[in-house]
Amino acid sequence: MATSEEILSTLAELVYDVADVPVEDVQLDKSFVDDLDIDSLAMVEIIVGIEEKFGVTVPDDEAKNLKTVGDAVTYIEQAKA
Amino acid sequence: MTLLARTGARYARILGVGRALPSRVVDNAEMCTYIDSSDEWIRQRTGIVERRWIADGESVETLARDASLEAIANSGVAPADIDAVIVSTVSYFHQTPGLAPKLAFQLGAIGAAAYDISAACAGFCYAIAQAEALIRSGAATHVLVVGAETLSRLTDLSDRSTAFLFADGAGAVVIGPSDVNGISPVVWGSDGEAGPTIHQATDWEGAVRDQTWPYIWMDGRQVFRWASGFVADAALDILEKSGLTPDDLDTFIPHQANNRITDAMLRHLKLPEHVKVARSIVNYGNNSAASIPIAMSEMLASGEAKSGDTALIIGFGAGLVYAGQVVTLP
Repeated sequence: MATSEEILSTLAELVYDVADVPVEDVQLDKSFVDDLDIDSLAMVEIIVGIEEKFGVTVPDDEAKNLKTVGDAVTYIEQAKA
Repeated sequence: MTLLARTGARYARILGVGRALPSRVVDNAEMCTYIDSSDEWIRQRTGIVERRWIADGESVETLARDASLEAIANSGVAPADIDAVIVSTVSYFHQTPGLAPKLAFQLGAIGAAAYDISAACAGFCYAIAQAEALIRSGAATHVLVVGAETLSRLTDLSDRSTAFLFADGAGAVVIGPSDVNGISPVVWGSDGEAGPTIHQATDWEGAVRDQTWPYIWMDGRQVFRWASGFVADAALDILEKSGLTPDDLDTFIPHQANNRITDAMLRHLKLPEHVKVARSIVNYGNNSAASIPIAMSEMLASGEAKSGDTALIIGFGAGLVYAGQVVTLP
């Protein structure tokens, strides 16, 4: 079972790969759109990446609620629990 | 009584490729007179700088003919030796007869088996799979495969989520027998459950009854999700079925749906730096079944790709349908 820190670290690498956002900027309180400047297409690719890297499914209804990095980490934790 | 069977060539390969683009250039500035958008937004979201639409005197028929003439000339095959013609299109508005018989006649492929297929943006790769099978089974010797579209005729210019994408054009290849294999096993399939993801807003009956038009409607977000995940996985499967690794590729020619989809696929495939990637969407937009042969022809003409190069091609679109192969460039 991955810790929150491990999930955040993997997620930060994913966000870097997709959107070129520095890993250290990907913090729990950051908004994907407003703080990290990630557009809707990049967000879709991050969702696809989350599904692959963490082995979880993120339905569109849920994806819409993942506004911050913290939202995503919490979702992944709960989906894997 | 014993039914006779026949066998054909051991292998098939592409012998020549051609393209035809309409004369009218529609840049993003003109596009933004139809929709509330901006050049910057369109470029950032799609990579498209300009697209081509047919002008007076041009049609899906003239584009198909011109692309075919170039492909036949480049192949060195006499038109009379082409014994099958497959046209992939979703924008030839005569439901019957199909475009292929007329095209075969115009080109001098007199008497060739000729039919249209409808597999949207995957249509070119679907038709390549058919051509390869026809040649190897002995049902045909030289097959002309054409992707021809005038999507401008199905574009809703009030839909700011799709209007800037769709475009017109045609590409064609001649495929024939070969001593060495030039077309890998196809990887293909469909997902009809997700059909509504890309569909026409109405059928012809509804269009006539309601005085509307059967525009193409698309859920871009869903298409992006499918293409960057499932379709990218299919591309890896093509490599595996071909017995190749990404290092063996020279060229990657995905359907030109959106540069951002191509970028996402590249991240997924982890192709090495030396692989040249088709980006013809920048100047030609998304012309569905025509996009792969147009890009192939452009890359060869510009010298970016060379005859004999190993290219991964993959198409995906309305259906949903997808198909792809590894091919040796002519």
